[in-house]
Amino acid sequence: MGKRSLHNATTRESFMWGWILILPTVLGLLVLNIYPMLMTVYQSFCKTGDFGRGNVFIGIKNFQKLYLDSSVGQAVINTLKYTLFQVPFSVVIALVLAVMLNRNIRGRSTYRTIFFLPMVVAPAAIAMVWRWLYNSRFGLINNLFNSDINWISNPKLAVYSIAVIGIWSDIGYNMILFLAGLQEVPKDFYEAADLDGASGIQVFRHITVPMISPTLFFVIVTRMIAAMQVFDLIYMIMEKSNPALAKTQSLVYLFYQSSFVERDLGYGSTIVVLLLAIILLLTVIQMIAQKKWVHYN
Amino acid sequence: MMKKVRTSSGMMHLVLILFSIAMIVPFLWMFLTSFKTITEATQIDPFVFFPEKWNIDAYVNVSKNMNFLVLYKNTILMIALRIVCAVVTASMAGYAFGRLKFRGSEIAFSLVLFQMMIPSQIFIIPQYQMISKMHMTNTIFALVFPGLVSAFGTFLMRQAYKILPKELEEAARLDGLSIGKTFIQIMAPLTKSCVVALSVFTAVFAYKDLMWPMIVNTGKDSLVLASALAKMQGQYSSHFPELMAASLIACIPMIVLYFVFQKQFIQGIATSGGKL
Repeated sequence: MGKRSLHNATTRESFMWGWILILPTVLGLLVLNIYPMLMTVYQSFCKTGDFGRGNVFIGIKNFQKLYLDSSVGQAVINTLKYTLFQVPFSVVIALVLAVMLNRNIRGRSTYRTIFFLPMVVAPAAIAMVWRWLYNSRFGLINNLFNSDINWISNPKLAVYSIAVIGIWSDIGYNMILFLAGLQEVPKDFYEAADLDGASGIQVFRHITVPMISPTLFFVIVTRMIAAMQVFDLIYMIMEKSNPALAKTQSLVYLFYQSSFVERDLGYGSTIVVLLLAIILLLTVIQMIAQKKWVHYN
Repeated sequence: MMKKVRTSSGMMHLVLILFSIAMIVPFLWMFLTSFKTITEATQIDPFVFFPEKWNIDAYVNVSKNMNFLVLYKNTILMIALRIVCAVVTASMAGYAFGRLKFRGSEIAFSLVLFQMMIPSQIFIIPQYQMISKMHMTNTIFALVFPGLVSAFGTFLMRQAYKILPKELEEAARLDGLSIGKTFIQIMAPLTKSCVVALSVFTAVFAYKDLMWPMIVNTGKDSLVLASALAKMQGQYSSHFPELMAASLIACIPMIVLYFVFQKQFIQGIATSGGKL
């Protein structure tokens, strides 16, 4: 009897305190995220007047417009180009650097400090300095290498030039995650491989990569989702008059333009629903593909 | 064997140094350009690396045009309030999700996971409409609004509470402490390192964010550093020393913080990223 009522009392107390403690978060998520998400999906089927004034339901008209809008198709291509260039390079370079720094190499913490530096700088400032570096006449890059390349105004090249900035910014971040993952690989694995006379590349391929494949998977998925949402760099680098703008503007850039410059919130919502669909699709593909190469022990 | 090891470590240093240079050069160029005159900055024959005279005209010019004190103030308030909100709400929810068994907790936690999987742009338009309806554009509250609670922080704090030993908690409960007191007095102080990690993450994230501040706060006195940089780029299109000076002023506080609290920064990112 005594035990039973104590148990009941604890259950009731847990229930009460549990809900008191999670209430701010739950309310916040409902108001700030769940309701907005439903509203965005709803508004993608609406013609919205001037900010908030009257939503008129227009069915799939926005989606038809989206389908016929060549700049959206181009933006999807631009975003994918950026992602498929930025993610592999920033991941591979970071992994190689992390493997090097995981050894007892001299100057380890200095290197780490340097690589990580871009992580704490606002992309707005990073974009500003890279735009200056890329300047075709007075920029450091063209003058240093005595070249004459329109890094950010050549429509074929610009999206990759911007991706290079993305790579530069993310190397340190990815590296930190890889270093944390590498800490967990038992040292005797390497010692055994050493005794067997395995070369550095063999060790990398057959021990390091499989052992940290969960971290690798996590980094690739999160970096891909982030890259699909690229905005700051493009917004800061590409002027309205830049001839390469059409070939660089990303989906989120288009979303910003439609929603907050042209003030067409309905169409902006439609674009962001498309982005959500693409990101979910890519994530599902990754989740399926991971079974082939990620080892959880 | 020894020789092989030595050459390979030489190669490694070569690679690491090359990448280090690539990392530093943009910052160095920002610094050097900010002290040049516009003539020096745009001189190509011969190309000028170091300013002949270190002059601070660019800094004087941008300070006349942008009130950096106000920008710093807005940015710091936004960051500080976001940290407080995230740490308080996420600690509470993290403790409940991590240590209490109660009806409805699983459904509530699925909200947290759901929010973390959805790209944040999907929330922006309605969030803006709410701020606009409340007539709260151009306020600090608008800047903090999307960060009033933190799904990611809740997830992080739940992990932190989960791994704490249960003996302490049981002892406190046997002593007759309520769940609320056990949480605040006994358990919360044990999650200090995770709170630091969450604070670092929140600060860096808020400091770097550009789109939200640009949307809600357009008035000159309610900008933050990032959105002010975006705005000034139009005004100073080819005044490179001024642009670099402003960038540097915007970057310096976070860089200094990073050098002082390097360990916390790196640990903060490693824990917050690695356990997601």
